[in-house]
Amino acid sequence: MTVTATTTTAPPGERVLMEGSEALARAAIAAGCRFFAGYPMTPFTEVLEHCARLLPEAGGVCINAESELEAVGMAWGALSTGARAATGSTGQGLSLMQESFSEITLAELPLVIFNMARGQQDYFQATRGGGHGDYRHIVLAPQDVREGVEHVQLAFHLADKWRNPVLVYGDYLLAHTQEAISIEPMSFPELPKKDWAVDGSQSGSGQSRGVTPLGVAKTGQAAMGQEGKAQYIATKIPLMEREVRFEQGYCDDAETIVVAFGSPAKFVKYAIKELRDAGHRIGYLRPITIWPFPYGALAEVAGRPNVKRVGSFELSAGQLVEDVRIGVAGRAPVTYIGGVSTDQSGFGVGRLLDVEAITARILALHEDRELPPIPGYEQFTYQLQEHQK
Amino acid sequence: MTIIDTSSAPTVPARKVESLKPDLLLTQEHHMCPGCGEPLAVRQFLECIEELDVAARTIAVAGIGCYTSFAGTMDVDLVQALHGRAPSVATGVKRMLPDSLVFTLQGDGDMVNEGLQEVLHTAARGEKVTCILLNNGVFGETGGHMTATSVIGQRTKNTLDGRDAEYHGYPILIGDLIAQLQGASYVARGSVHNAGSVARTRKMFKRAFESQLRGEGFTFVEVLTMCPTGWFVPTADGPDYMQETLGEVHIMGELKVDGRVRTTDELHAENVAKQREIDEQLARGGIEN
Repeated sequence: MTVTATTTTAPPGERVLMEGSEALARAAIAAGCRFFAGYPMTPFTEVLEHCARLLPEAGGVCINAESELEAVGMAWGALSTGARAATGSTGQGLSLMQESFSEITLAELPLVIFNMARGQQDYFQATRGGGHGDYRHIVLAPQDVREGVEHVQLAFHLADKWRNPVLVYGDYLLAHTQEAISIEPMSFPELPKKDWAVDGSQSGSGQSRGVTPLGVAKTGQAAMGQEGKAQYIATKIPLMEREVRFEQGYCDDAETIVVAFGSPAKFVKYAIKELRDAGHRIGYLRPITIWPFPYGALAEVAGRPNVKRVGSFELSAGQLVEDVRIGVAGRAPVTYIGGVSTDQSGFGVGRLLDVEAITARILALHEDRELPPIPGYEQFTYQLQEHQK
Repeated sequence: MTIIDTSSAPTVPARKVESLKPDLLLTQEHHMCPGCGEPLAVRQFLECIEELDVAARTIAVAGIGCYTSFAGTMDVDLVQALHGRAPSVATGVKRMLPDSLVFTLQGDGDMVNEGLQEVLHTAARGEKVTCILLNNGVFGETGGHMTATSVIGQRTKNTLDGRDAEYHGYPILIGDLIAQLQGASYVARGSVHNAGSVARTRKMFKRAFESQLRGEGFTFVEVLTMCPTGWFVPTADGPDYMQETLGEVHIMGELKVDGRVRTTDELHAENVAKQREIDEQLARGGIEN
């Protein structure tokens, strides 16, 4: 990692070669984030490093929390004052934060969460949540640093708009790739004032406020009650589904549709473009939000008469594929063509995140052939085939 | 309808009717059991905030326990935290609003069991917040189960024959632990089992808040509170039981003042002197403030 090479502050509009982690941190600050707390963990560490360096310069605070539990608690406190605040980790660290995520959602606090995941195995954690109770988080999955810069700013807007946490799903590649970037503050529609936030000013006035996940209120003020609160959150969920975002390509005459999200989707798109050039009728659908998932768009595409099969490419043992099946809903056969893919440390990018390997799998799907084994793990594929016999 | 006759001086002299409810409580009613010590403690710190005239910049962070019902009745801007996590939430609040008075309200189950690392790290970081511990040595809300501060021999719902050190381990003296941390500027352990201890505890709250407002560091006030329901003793026996069990282990007094940590022996000697003073005052007719 080269911190010194990435400290340049460029004039507005000028693009600078910048590590993804720094770009995300700068985007957060551009969006008005003034509080960050985190605990180091690869590949999230550099996001924390850049926040620690850049936030104080911007008049904000970044705390090196003693654990992920403290990190999310501190963000909770900062959010309660009306500040824009964020935390993050790698999937494992987010596992520790799940109890707070559930309750922060019930407290309707606009938390932004970064997951610089070790692959795509945190799909269920991000879209279903590992916490208790009824809640959903909007999850943005940028395909590259440039989109990440937009998504971070959008995340802060959406979090405030819905008073609901928004998660940015990144990975090793997003955190560590250097791209030529200019951080342009984006403009969004105006949001209502945060009159629910606490600043102490109403203490002793008889109209003091409470930021609480429980359905309680101050004596004399209307309380929702626990059930009422749960009903209210349940009502909000279908409204948040309007935030669905996706991208599709080459679907008009495609026989095969591949679904992929995040960094791997960019590889998939490149592979499909090459396969198209070679005359194969293959298209793609990329969910930009993985919650809400573009079920409607996928159903429409998969239901076209030209579509014969749908594949899910993901760097996990098969999580995204469940949403693909829900979306396709029997309109075409769905095949999981992804695989577990990290490096030997478990932190980084594995051998499946490779255009050649991805092309081979997509082509095998397209031609109704058996999937090639994961490079380097051929013996597992053999064992699986034996087991299936 | 009675019409007040103003043609001559009233026959009954005017009389001031005093409300004993602290201004920072929205209602006089509370949801605690008879004999509970928590309302006494809550009253003390609320009145200190009024006296310091800082109500309009005070923010509370509540943990989860019986006292959580005060979240709705305290007329203080408040953030409800998860069980054990209030010190981190308070950190976030204070860092965003450095001019405010921020305190947490937690019990021993919340702070010393579930969230021990939170309060220790917050103290070590020297966060300028005040953590208030209402320590009754049991999980009162669940019905009287052992906590990390239950004393040896204490009978709880899951130590029916008394807490046995061999089997259940030893209690944590959280105030003593926090006093050792450099980031803590003021640490005290009070109690509400008699009028004298209530008066002492009130002073502790005031000193802690003043230290926070001067920006000296982390401040901590532990208050031993009666829980006759959770202790399975008659309501009226609560104060004596408290003094004889918890009070003998969690020694009352100021554990750290102006950066100086005080030993249990010092505190004990001080307590003996204080008791003598109180006894003398009582003999003269009442406690002086």
